[in-house]
Amino acid sequence: MKMSGAQIVCESLLREGVELVFGIPGGTILPLYQTMVDYPQIRHILVRHEQGAAMAADGYARATGRVGVCMATSGPGATNLVTGIANAQMDSVPLVAITGQVSRAGIGKDAFQETDVTGITLPITKHNYLVMKAEDLASVMKEAFYIASTGRPGPVLIDIPRDVFTEVAEFEYPETADLPGYKPVLEGHPSQIKKAAKLINEAQKPLILAGHGVIISWAYAELMELAEKAQIPVITTLLGRSSFPNDHVLFVGMPGMHGVAYASLALDEADLIIGLGMRFDDRITGKISAFASRAKVIHVDIDPAEIDKNVRTHVPIVGDVARVLRQLNRLVESAPHPEWLDRIEELKREHPSLHIRETDRLLPQAVIRDLCEATQGKAVIVTGVGQHQMWAAQHYSFRDKEANTFITSGGLGSMGYEVPAAMGAQLGRPDKVVWAVCGDGGFQMTMSELATIVENDIPVKFAIFNNNYLGMVRQWQELFYNKTYFATHRTRNPDFVKLAEAFGMPGLRVTEPGQSMSAIREAMAHPGPVLIDFLVEEEENLYPMIPSGQTTAELMEYPVAKEVRP
Amino acid sequence: MALVQDKPGVLNRVASMFRRRGFNISSLAVGHSETQGLSRMTFVVEGDEYTVEQVTKQLYKLIDVVKVSDISKEDVVLRELALIKVRTTPSTRPEVLQLVEIFRSNVVDVSPDSVIIEVTGDEDKVDSLLRILKPFGVREVMRTGRVGLMRGMVKSLAMDDPGRASKPG
Ligand SMILES: Cc1ncc(C[n+]2csc(CCOP(=O)(O)OP(=O)(O)O)c2C)c(N)n1
Ligand SMILES: [Mg+2]
Repeated sequence: MKMSGAQIVCESLLREGVELVFGIPGGTILPLYQTMVDYPQIRHILVRHEQGAAMAADGYARATGRVGVCMATSGPGATNLVTGIANAQMDSVPLVAITGQVSRAGIGKDAFQETDVTGITLPITKHNYLVMKAEDLASVMKEAFYIASTGRPGPVLIDIPRDVFTEVAEFEYPETADLPGYKPVLEGHPSQIKKAAKLINEAQKPLILAGHGVIISWAYAELMELAEKAQIPVITTLLGRSSFPNDHVLFVGMPGMHGVAYASLALDEADLIIGLGMRFDDRITGKISAFASRAKVIHVDIDPAEIDKNVRTHVPIVGDVARVLRQLNRLVESAPHPEWLDRIEELKREHPSLHIRETDRLLPQAVIRDLCEATQGKAVIVTGVGQHQMWAAQHYSFRDKEANTFITSGGLGSMGYEVPAAMGAQLGRPDKVVWAVCGDGGFQMTMSELATIVENDIPVKFAIFNNNYLGMVRQWQELFYNKTYFATHRTRNPDFVKLAEAFGMPGLRVTEPGQSMSAIREAMAHPGPVLIDFLVEEEENLYPMIPSGQTTAELMEYPVAKEVRP
Repeated sequence: MALVQDKPGVLNRVASMFRRRGFNISSLAVGHSETQGLSRMTFVVEGDEYTVEQVTKQLYKLIDVVKVSDISKEDVVLRELALIKVRTTPSTRPEVLQLVEIFRSNVVDVSPDSVIIEVTGDEDKVDSLLRILKPFGVREVMRTGRVGLMRGMVKSLAMDDPGRASKPG
């Protein structure tokens, strides 16, 4: 059938099962927007800034496992997407970004609002396209969704000149994407599986390091089976925090720069590390030469380029984590490892990293615990970047057995992620309670999306961890720059409660520990979005901490952790 | 050596990846391959085994890259072509022409005060000719960078090889 380019885009979106897109219109993408009027099945959420569109699509994708879609016009619209696209690239999030471009004749002439968007996004996308003919649109759309959602997921950008939207072409949606250069390997190589099973069966002190890949490949049950069958304790990366129920006896915690000490020490003592869907990031490994020095390493990842990139692997397995685990679980024998499990318990007792001091001040860690209690560990927690992010990662006990309930900007560490990503996550999972755990700094980067949230009545609950500081940076200044607090103190933060009200949602303020739980419950009882401004202890530090590039020998504990009992 | 899909911007993708990951390429040559729609690229990368492995894997990550081979340890034919413009005077010209002969290269242009020499061979041969011509006055040099092919019968497009786990997602 003959259709305009814009219709082809909409029809393709329908065929990919897209129900929701985030964006802002503008001159070059207007033909697409005006066509979307005829496609009410595709809900369009009008954000307030394109960064919000990309990050909302990202939050939606992480919460649902489906492809997030965002749209922007050429030039400034497209460049505003960039941080969100980079974020999706770093954290392997399936995203399709559609941008308008100036008409074909204007390309390369510095036409009004022309930007070389495919050039700009080349290193921060899994792949990108500039579509110069309407007849190519259907196959490009097919390929884009296929590439974004398979293998190691990632963002794909499609740049479409204005006159390609209006050009008419024959529409036929291809069944498959024809990509001779793209064939993700899903099944693990049998001989590698055998080798890995042998190492696991022989290990005395095995340790599973579970990453985002476990969640992406929906390998919750397979991970559980491996851990329980061979009694292997589980530590997780930041993005893998919700890959394994935190109240399980085999759960240890998150190691690394701001991980719990006993998880980092377990890495030191283990004789076998089983890395699942993760990439041995420097926040986990610290000093590479000293990382897991007693251990052999099995590394399972779908991206061959991650194998041996940071850590030399004894048994690499390229494949989809869920499938590889199914193969592996058949060969792994039951084993009790009682001594090793006792040793882990001992490490936990010797290093009570999560203990917090007794005080009548409002401690951010305690607020996270209240959040956890009020939601039974089953809320979707979406964070910004900074101290509050790490406190959430440490003190929230994720108990949902099969859901990505910890959504955070890991690889890029992009402040402001929390507001739009929580919006996207809530739209994707209306059945879940979604809490945005916000920094007072990051929140101000994207708080314009509160307007979008109120307009669409998206019931996200916001908790601002208001310490009047760019807290994470302040902590570095305290520890490494002799308390020279330059450019980190916010002396005139806005009144967040009034701000919430101005946007049209209720705001609450909590200043003392005694008020925290009741405010949280009140927020949850309210059907729509609510914001709570928690005035937390301003100069509270985040511990444990292993300074950048160092080892567990340099690990700094929470100063009172040794004295205080739970 | 890599086989890539012949699409706009593919050279840019490859070059951008090299730059971003900090790999050093000393030469790069591209041209159509025997299969329509595919181009063959030959690049020379400086680095140890780890680097070569990383380059290979990162190349494979590019969607348009179909096949990558490290041919440095294979039985390969490597050739480079250079055009060299050398100053000549009536008295030096015979000597230059004799060198051209010895190196089995060709003179492709003659002007009153210079000649252009075309030489093909491995890198060493081009280097030596350049060294020997230097005293005469080498005015301009254009080198293509190395291109290569493996000797004998190899499957020209090993893209359906199921054993390979290198093509990533
Ligand atoms: C977009 C962006 N700009 C700067 C930084 C550097 N940075 C990392 S954490 C941080 C402080 C964040 O402050 P806030 O949001 O108040 O969170 P807190 O650490 O106080 O909990 C900064 C500035 C960043 N990660 N992202
Ligand atoms: Mg702060």
